[in-house]
Amino acid sequence: MSLPADAQQALDTFTHAKGWEQRARLLMQIGDRLEPLDESDKTDANRVHGCESLVWLVTGQVDGQWRFRATSDARLLRGLLALLLVRVQGLDSEALAALDLRAWFTQLGLERHLSPSRSNGLHAVLLRMTELVSSP
Amino acid sequence: MFQPSPWRADFPAITALQRQHQTYLDSAATTQKPQALLDALSHYYSHGAANVHRAQHLPGALATQAFETSRDKVAAWLNAADSRQIIFTHGATSALNLLAYGLEHGFEAGDEIAVSALEHHANLLPWQQLARRRNLRLVVLPLDEHGRIDLDQALQLIGSRTRLVALSQLSNVLGTWQPLPALLAHARAQGALSVVDGAQGVVHGRHDVQQLGCDFYVFSSHKLYGPDGVGALYGRTEALARLRHWQFGGEMVQLADYHEASFRPAPLGFEAGTPPIASVIGLGATLDYLASLDPAAVAAHEASLHQHLVRGLADREGVRMLGTPQSALASFVIDGVHNADIAHLLTEQGIAVRAGHHCAMPLLKGLGLEGAIRVSLGLYNDSDDLQRFFDALDQGLELLR
Repeated sequence: MSLPADAQQALDTFTHAKGWEQRARLLMQIGDRLEPLDESDKTDANRVHGCESLVWLVTGQVDGQWRFRATSDARLLRGLLALLLVRVQGLDSEALAALDLRAWFTQLGLERHLSPSRSNGLHAVLLRMTELVSSP
Repeated sequence: MFQPSPWRADFPAITALQRQHQTYLDSAATTQKPQALLDALSHYYSHGAANVHRAQHLPGALATQAFETSRDKVAAWLNAADSRQIIFTHGATSALNLLAYGLEHGFEAGDEIAVSALEHHANLLPWQQLARRRNLRLVVLPLDEHGRIDLDQALQLIGSRTRLVALSQLSNVLGTWQPLPALLAHARAQGALSVVDGAQGVVHGRHDVQQLGCDFYVFSSHKLYGPDGVGALYGRTEALARLRHWQFGGEMVQLADYHEASFRPAPLGFEAGTPPIASVIGLGATLDYLASLDPAAVAAHEASLHQHLVRGLADREGVRMLGTPQSALASFVIDGVHNADIAHLLTEQGIAVRAGHHCAMPLLKGLGLEGAIRVSLGLYNDSDDLQRFFDALDQGLELLR
């Protein structure tokens, strides 16, 4: 299965990133391009709990395709969220269920941010996403 | 000037972590272990494990002897008058829960329990839940601007309705020593029982429970360079006699019939089931190791490193420390920078510190913070560890700003 164009571009960029500084810069850049969330979307129902940072995840479907929006008050986490969204945006439920997101972050060289240890938000976001798409 | 730790080589994991480019500054969460402990565990398991207080056979007798010798060592470490005043638990949390359940029968609706505003969840939630079960009033003693219990207010708040006070000795977030002598004396004068959470305090300096004058003192082995899964509860003999049995099972019983049973007194009556035998033996070996160190040298090393940490943080623009840390650790936030971002970048650079609410959510909320970064020291840390942390912090901040 070929990657969405945005995802392929992100992958190329991160594969060539050298060192933690460049990775962090790239995360901040991609995070800054994340579509902002309306204040009205920052509800408790959209909050992802289990993160030390504030994270919101909004989901919806258009013509059977999943549309996600997400943001956080932490900058680097916004970058990780952006990398998640480019991979899952527009997929149908079947494709989303079949997707190995851990492998995606491993490809990006960012798998350590998926650790279930509680200071990290990405793990909780993935759990929440699975929960949301499997209970329509 | 480089300040080495003379004890660094006694902790093999520090070298292993260094090979993985990790600088360990999270000892308030848990500590690395001395070789003496690893040897004791290996010796116990390779020379014949056996259950304690049960078997007549030789391995059982040897295990029981080693186990009980550890109890003597814990008693000596705390200067308890008698080893029977030491109950082994699974950690400080389980010791505090034991107390909250074991003392429950002595409370009546309307009685008061006093805790401080800085308690770790382990010394807050057991009392909060006891208060809810029994319709008691939980009184929260406020802090001063340095992060110490406000003595004047506390002496007013601890009164004739107070049945129990439960206080941390050294804050796990603020690094402040609490004014326990005055508070404990006052509590005693009011007829209240006192519980000291020594989880952090026991790691720094030697503490004499008789001199401290508390009814109960708890600590966790794993924060004191010992194995995890074991903790200790010291109780004054008269105070221990007030405890009701709370967990039932093997070895805590004297006589059992289908419909009734009688139970042993402390300590064995409060050690139901097979205890963490290897860990208890390992804790004994750790205490032997710690007792072999020059206490003045350890104190001087820790104080000097702590000063280095606090100064370095104070020198940095935008860094705001929580309270006025006196020992062991310092927590901070940075103006305009999210904790999670700092934590992320420190992690990327191999600096192991703790970020978040540090199991003291009400305290952080009271300070108006979502979280903070905590740097905490062990006796194996040296000034290079701190330098690596400061360099990483500066690099991270440069990137974020």
